[in-house]
Amino acid sequence: MIFGRLTWDSFPWEEPIVVATFCAVVLGGAAVVAALTYFKLWGYLWKEWFTSVDHKKIGIMYMVLGLIMFLRGFADAIMMRLQQALAFNGSEGYLNAHHYDQVFTAHGVIMIFFVAMPFITGLMNYIVPLQIGARDVSFPFLNNFSFWMTTGGAVLVMASLFLGEFAQTGWLAYPPLSGIDYSPATGVDYYIWALQVAGVGTTLSGINLIATIVKMRAPGMSLMKMPVFTWTSLCANILIVASFPILTATLILLSLDRYAGTNFFTNDFGGNPMMYVNLIWIWGHPEVYILILPLFGVFSEVTSTFSGKRLFGYTSMVYATCCIMVLSYLVWLHHFFTMGSGASVNSFFGITTMIISIPTGAKLFNWLFTMYRGRVRFELPMMWTVAFMLTFTVGGMTGVMLAVPPADFVLHNSLFLIAHFHNVIIGGVLFGLFAAINYWWPKAFGFKLNEFWGKVSFWCWQVGFWMAFTPLYILGFMGVTRRMRVFDDPSLQIYFVIAAIGAAIVAAGIGAMLLQFAISIWKRDELKVEGDPWDGRTLEWATSSPPPEYNFAFTPVVYDADSWADMKKNGYQRPLTGYQAIHMPSDTGSGVILAALSTICGFALIWYMWWLAALSFVGIVGFAIFHTFNYKRDYYIPVEDVTRTEEERTRILAAGV
Amino acid sequence: MSSATANAQAAPRAYHLPEEPHLHEGHSTSLGFWMYLMSDCLIFAILFATYAVLGGNFAGGPGPKDLFELPLIAINTAMLLFSSITYGFAMLAMEKNRVSATQGWLFVTLLFGGAFLFIELYEFSNLIHEGAGPGRSAFLSAFFTLVGTHGLHVTFGSIWLITLMVQVARKGLIPANKRRLLCLSMFWHFLDVIWIGVFTFVYLMGVLR
Amino acid sequence: MANPPSPNWIRRLRWSAPILAAPLAGCNWVVMNPSGDIAVQQRDLILISVALMLLIVIPVMAMVVWFAVRYRATNEATEKDYDPDWDHSTKLELLIWSAPLLIIIALGALTWVSTHKLDPYRPLDRIDANTAIDPKVKPLTVQVVALDWKWLFIYPDLGIATVNELTLPTNVPVRFDITAATVMNSFYIPELAGQIYAMPGMKTQLHAVANKPVKGVGFSANYSGAGFTHMRFGYQSLDQAGFNAWVAKVKGSQTALDRTVYQTLAKPSEKAPVAYFGTSEANLFDAVVNLCVKPGQRCMKELMHIDMMGGAGKESAHETEGLQYDFPNSHVIEQTDQNKGQETAPDAPGAKKAPTADHSSPSGADAHAQHR
Repeated sequence: MIFGRLTWDSFPWEEPIVVATFCAVVLGGAAVVAALTYFKLWGYLWKEWFTSVDHKKIGIMYMVLGLIMFLRGFADAIMMRLQQALAFNGSEGYLNAHHYDQVFTAHGVIMIFFVAMPFITGLMNYIVPLQIGARDVSFPFLNNFSFWMTTGGAVLVMASLFLGEFAQTGWLAYPPLSGIDYSPATGVDYYIWALQVAGVGTTLSGINLIATIVKMRAPGMSLMKMPVFTWTSLCANILIVASFPILTATLILLSLDRYAGTNFFTNDFGGNPMMYVNLIWIWGHPEVYILILPLFGVFSEVTSTFSGKRLFGYTSMVYATCCIMVLSYLVWLHHFFTMGSGASVNSFFGITTMIISIPTGAKLFNWLFTMYRGRVRFELPMMWTVAFMLTFTVGGMTGVMLAVPPADFVLHNSLFLIAHFHNVIIGGVLFGLFAAINYWWPKAFGFKLNEFWGKVSFWCWQVGFWMAFTPLYILGFMGVTRRMRVFDDPSLQIYFVIAAIGAAIVAAGIGAMLLQFAISIWKRDELKVEGDPWDGRTLEWATSSPPPEYNFAFTPVVYDADSWADMKKNGYQRPLTGYQAIHMPSDTGSGVILAALSTICGFALIWYMWWLAALSFVGIVGFAIFHTFNYKRDYYIPVEDVTRTEEERTRILAAGV
Repeated sequence: MSSATANAQAAPRAYHLPEEPHLHEGHSTSLGFWMYLMSDCLIFAILFATYAVLGGNFAGGPGPKDLFELPLIAINTAMLLFSSITYGFAMLAMEKNRVSATQGWLFVTLLFGGAFLFIELYEFSNLIHEGAGPGRSAFLSAFFTLVGTHGLHVTFGSIWLITLMVQVARKGLIPANKRRLLCLSMFWHFLDVIWIGVFTFVYLMGVLR
Repeated sequence: MANPPSPNWIRRLRWSAPILAAPLAGCNWVVMNPSGDIAVQQRDLILISVALMLLIVIPVMAMVVWFAVRYRATNEATEKDYDPDWDHSTKLELLIWSAPLLIIIALGALTWVSTHKLDPYRPLDRIDANTAIDPKVKPLTVQVVALDWKWLFIYPDLGIATVNELTLPTNVPVRFDITAATVMNSFYIPELAGQIYAMPGMKTQLHAVANKPVKGVGFSANYSGAGFTHMRFGYQSLDQAGFNAWVAKVKGSQTALDRTVYQTLAKPSEKAPVAYFGTSEANLFDAVVNLCVKPGQRCMKELMHIDMMGGAGKESAHETEGLQYDFPNSHVIEQTDQNKGQETAPDAPGAKKAPTADHSSPSGADAHAQHR
């Protein structure tokens, strides 16, 4: 009773791979805990990071979370590639159905929800307040809470590896397969509660960033003078707020089916599984634009900075972004043309899908003409950007192919589809993130990233990506579909082997990237930069690198979309006197506690530990109420501290010149 | 660095504010709360849509005409509408900084809210007793979820109301508490609007159809 | 690569060509080279839309490379062109919005027309590009049921049924009525036509025609649980004489498909062998779509009729018998049924008597490798 349905057998003893992973994780975890204890870092982490409401630290924590989960999601990818390369000629490969089906489900869920989302949220968190000249976000406590809710969701997904199982349904958990009758074990429950806990965090962080952008822009920064990254972030966050509640509601209905015996998506008692498919994609399609839009902003910033030029067609860029934002709600049915809707419905959604490629195409041209008559410096961020332009164009083209309904009938669910969306998500989102990391790393840490290992990583990714996914495009034309574990036709094997080699090269690229980080941190003194290493154009480069906790000693005034370029052009002099005390939000541990309670509540619900679920739920409500009795949520940084920090910078600047 | 070396073009633009602009505390709260309400509204929109799709699937069981008792629901609706009016009175009293009048009206609001919840639970228990529980048909699943989610919101609104009454009692009508009362006010009226939708689409149209 | 490729380099390339081409050599791009007229038209559509898009994609990609090289900072020629404040040109902006727009207008028109023409619900009006359909020819109906994890094909006009083997006559229009027993699947024969979902309690349709005798494979293209990967069936099209012979062979099977046999068959199993049923109960498919094969189960049709009438009265709340269709753990293979993991024979009553000469592989999906 106490442990619900959690028993000794819930641990997957019979799976050697899982047991080995578990041992590695336990040993590694123990080593980390021991090291932290030995170096007495717990207090530092708790005070300076976990409970911090500083948007910059939260942004960095999001990025770390994304990176860790990226390694997990990529491990799943490697396992799939290996299985499909092996399972020929009567061999069942090395993964049974129970295991393999979890792997492909977990891969999708993790990569979208716990890699891409934390990465872009972290990026927006770090950069947006700096770009608009703000000191923090609108709701700093909520920001901390959102981060820990996302982490709580990630913890639940990771727990499913060792306790019970993850869903075996595909990443969107279509019923009736995901219903209690066809998936009775813990898998789908892990799926539901991980996404619900993380989803709360995502929605709140979306609200937070919209309020920040709307309310906290520096004086003079009208909407049409916002940096493009801030624009795309605004649109992405509007999409978050207008779509994640749909996911929440849909998953509530699915969980009621599983827990309370309702009949929304069952075959019997009047339920309608196809409604779930519609609802989940009404969220799902805007979701992919949530992922890509901020990176479009990154590419705009990078292209303009490294071409040493104003962005071509700022206005049309903004309108294109808004068009994409609105259109993303009118295309969801293209994910299931094959469900048998009428021809007119299918062609409507096919054509709306194609229309999205018009503003996207316009954006691409804008980047092109930003390079035109520029002085293009091929630093790492720019290399990723050019690679994106080439890769994404191909991905966009295959996407439009899939948008033609009769063509989709033969390509739907095929490996061609898999290749297509990896082509846009890796080529767009991931390349964009790598551009952003290389671009803004000096901003966040005060030193550049090692260029050699960055280039090694870059080329490994380019070669590996095309090697891994070109065979998948071809296999799609051979009528091979997704989520297959075993193959009959031996002539297909060579393609899967090539794809597996491609994945291995990508793995080398990831390794090179980790090495790049490590070496750069190791040699940070040699790579040290001050303020503005790339000759940047927007406000974040106007302050020191890394920025002080208050971001700007004086609130900047903006006259131009490229405000920092404008300041430099007009001979802006950094003020050296007249500092004042600065009003800032206080740190709080409430976010960590509330998110921890939510995670425990989710875990208890997964395992049917009703008492624990009730207890933690009461705890959440009680603690939230308790938190509201704290009225003192801010403080002033004394003027002496500001003066000391700024004078230190003056000295460094003088020495640098 | 570059800021120092750029040639001065004698454009006397002020690039920073000498004085710290004083963003008043809670400057974004109403905007943020409004956005939260919209996201909540979207959840209700999905529940309404679900009811619209599944509301006719009785699975050989009873339909709205067999189950709904309009007089009871009318009383229930009146309770919630009254509670919105009394919350309005509380806000008027708050504007005039009259603590005890505010508290009094808040308490009346709480009573109406409680009455609403009591009647709803009575209705639910009757239905379940008759065998028409949420698992009987997709129609009933959608009905219980839509109405129940609204009821859950009223429950949390009531808990929040009690919390605020305690906070007003302890701190008085300080700006932070006023802001909180304003947020709850938006929340409470929002639930009222949702309920009017429920009453019209679920109950009235269900019985009249 | 700064140096021009040396002859040596070219020679090496030529030498390695067979290795590079190896993946292409034995391949069958079945989607690009199908044998059914519908799939051929779908293939053509892919090719036309790609051609249309390449009109803009190739120039764009070329421009990306050209601009990146031409305006690189290390190129000294860049210096005189450098114009850091150039950020707008109305003409160019018009061009960059209208060029994709034109392509999409063309593609959109193509989409509208082709989606209606190739609507899976629409009866065929041609056998192939040159042959219109004789209005006297009635389409052959095949009822398709996606079971866990095998395919049941019922030929109602012929009174026969098969498991995991689909045979069609060439140049005869075919109408598939498709449903599933438990969870969603997708019915897909790349040779023949695009896929369409198979969903429990629902009936979808697909019209298609096979144009030449061929052996191929069909399968479920939508993940449906543990046995999904083996949910494949052999597909063949035969000329009319061959098809008649095949029908006679199936009719020779003594096994009959009735509701009882169906229920045994519907139990979850993997790699089910091909099975023939000489006779098949009429209206079985109808019962499957209405989720009422089992005795005592109430049909969806009847329930929907009650829905239309506005409910069945207060008392009906307690009448729940015969309504439950999904059952706990109904999606796992019972250990007793699992025959050493190789075949699950017990669920396929027709299997033992069916001649297996045509299909050496138990899954019936052997043909993929050698079908051309």
